Amino acid sequence: MAEKAEKLVIKLQNVTKIYKVGVEHIRALDGINLHLRENEYVAVMGPSGSGKSTLMNVLGCLDRASSGYYEMDGQDTTKMSDAALARIRNERIGFVFQSFELLGRLSALKNVEMPLIYSRDGWWSRRQRAKKVLERVGLSDRIKHKPNQLSGGEKQRVAIARALVCNPSILLADEPTGNLDSKTSQGILELFDQLYREGQTIIIVTHEEDIARHANRIIHMRDGRIYSDLPREQDLLSKAAIQNDSQEKRI
Amino acid sequence: MIALIRAPLAFFRLFYQSVYLALGQIWTNKTRSILTSIGIVIGVASVTSVIATLTGLKAKILTQVETFGTNTIFISPQLPDTGPLRHNSWWNIRFLPEQFDGLLENCPSVARFSRIGSAGRRTVQYRERSAENVQVRGIESAYHEIEHRPVILGRAFSVIDNMQVRQVCLIDPKLQKELHLDRDCIGQTIRIGHNAFVIVGVIERRPELGFGEGGEDYYEVFIPFRTIFKFGEPWIWAFAAGESADVLEEAQAEIKFFLRQTRNIKAGEPDSFRVESLKGALKTFNNIAIMVTLVAGGIVGISLMVGGVGIMNIMLVSVSERTREIGLRKAVGARKSAILTQFLIEAVVLCFVGGLVGVGIGHLLTLIISAINPVLEKTSIPMWAIAISFGFAGSVGIFFGMFPAIKAARLDPIEALRHE
Repeated sequence: MAEKAEKLVIKLQNVTKIYKVGVEHIRALDGINLHLRENEYVAVMGPSGSGKSTLMNVLGCLDRASSGYYEMDGQDTTKMSDAALARIRNERIGFVFQSFELLGRLSALKNVEMPLIYSRDGWWSRRQRAKKVLERVGLSDRIKHKPNQLSGGEKQRVAIARALVCNPSILLADEPTGNLDSKTSQGILELFDQLYREGQTIIIVTHEEDIARHANRIIHMRDGRIYSDLPREQDLLSKAAIQNDSQEKRI
Repeated sequence: MIALIRAPLAFFRLFYQSVYLALGQIWTNKTRSILTSIGIVIGVASVTSVIATLTGLKAKILTQVETFGTNTIFISPQLPDTGPLRHNSWWNIRFLPEQFDGLLENCPSVARFSRIGSAGRRTVQYRERSAENVQVRGIESAYHEIEHRPVILGRAFSVIDNMQVRQVCLIDPKLQKELHLDRDCIGQTIRIGHNAFVIVGVIERRPELGFGEGGEDYYEVFIPFRTIFKFGEPWIWAFAAGESADVLEEAQAEIKFFLRQTRNIKAGEPDSFRVESLKGALKTFNNIAIMVTLVAGGIVGISLMVGGVGIMNIMLVSVSERTREIGLRKAVGARKSAILTQFLIEAVVLCFVGGLVGVGIGHLLTLIISAINPVLEKTSIPMWAIAISFGFAGSVGIFFGMFPAIKAARLDPIEALRHE
């Protein structure tokens, strides 16, 4: 177990991402260093414009870094072709979006099957695999339903099942509870906790403290940089310390 | 080894999946799909029905030619296009019977010929029954063989009938029926105009041509060639047959040369008659058929182009409507090629569905055409026409679907997912 925990899933070294807007160069990511081990549960926090979405896109291989080095499961992704990146996204990364992104005309089962259509090995067994993973997220009785017949929480569960169906190395969730009420959010977060206990590596992007508190490692970003990267307990302590500092200053 | 099996399998599943998705998409947007593919439907329906009609017409004409004979030469007066004779009256350039005297001796490639003199349409009577508008023609004995119309009852005209200008006749079985003549009517007397004629035989009816001549109330009576002069001077033409179909052109040239001499046409002056064979006419028909096919093909091509632009338009709409879907598909691992194939196949399936409906409508049109016009009763859609229509529809789909599909494949997944 300890040996397994040593294995690096993600290794970012001095990664930058620069957008050109007119003549201005915006550094969305500015020298990010990040190591992620198997079965970690990380929350990325930060105000809007802090670069957390860009980090998500780079981690998810949807976008390429302008410079730096990114290794995923021991593979250097910086020099990969588009097709190879598509394969990485298919086999190693599961996305969960804020607005679910389910296809309205397909049933829950078909939605979950979708990534397997593009996979090399999963195609022949896609129905069984999709059913199994829907069972895992607790929706085995909603297989034939279309998205518009499902509640918000159920929709997000289908989306999570879709992200899990290819057995990804990491699950990337971008504000997964942003469109849900607090009670449903709680259910989804419990599902994430359960997946974490089952050994899934999870990265969750959020700006809500309550959600971040479910993770065992919390990263704070500001202006394209990581300014704190601590385990949950220490993060809470440091936050308390900062609050104390500011209170003392006020006094 | 495994890769060798996997590559086609991978292509197959992409293909299958794309067809499945495309059909689903078409089914979801039924009205839109129908409106979009109307151009293709019309194009394919017209190409199939035009080809079917032409094929039917050709088949009909070919069977006609077979019954009529490819070895037949038709000789008749014709006003020349140039020269002083071109404003002459038809009567002045008529054939005189003696202009054919010695034709067989002078034209070695001609096996036989028959002059035909027409006395126009006359009333024929038998007892109290009569038939109006009966074609009365004077013929020579070679007529039966050249026109493939043998005498089926009684006898043909003898040389003596002709020499002695006898008032004998051959009649058409239909006329026989119309006049209520006996089944064996040989020896009975009918009146043609004011003259009494003895029936010596019954001639086989001309196969139904369908165009122009023929029809329900069309009757024929034949009398010896010289006897026709009893009705006044006849309008004369002639049929001839070559020694064989191979020397038909030589035979035509010989007849032309001979007739120019007997009609005193000087060197350099144009012919005042025509010598034609069905072979030539068939060639002309084939040329016309090719022309019509080309023109129709052009029109159909334009229609398919218009249909293709419609397809392109709707595919562009579809791509921008489904931008988020494309983004999602890319995020879960669809390659550019997968997205490209999906949209391309959607366009092609749309065209094929249009093509299928088009062939159906074309078939219906063909049935209607053949029901309305008996000439085209043999009309049917040949397999190659269906293949061509589908081929064209598919190419239109690929050609016009390519641009929207490339557009979809090139979308940036992040941008696409942010699209509203």
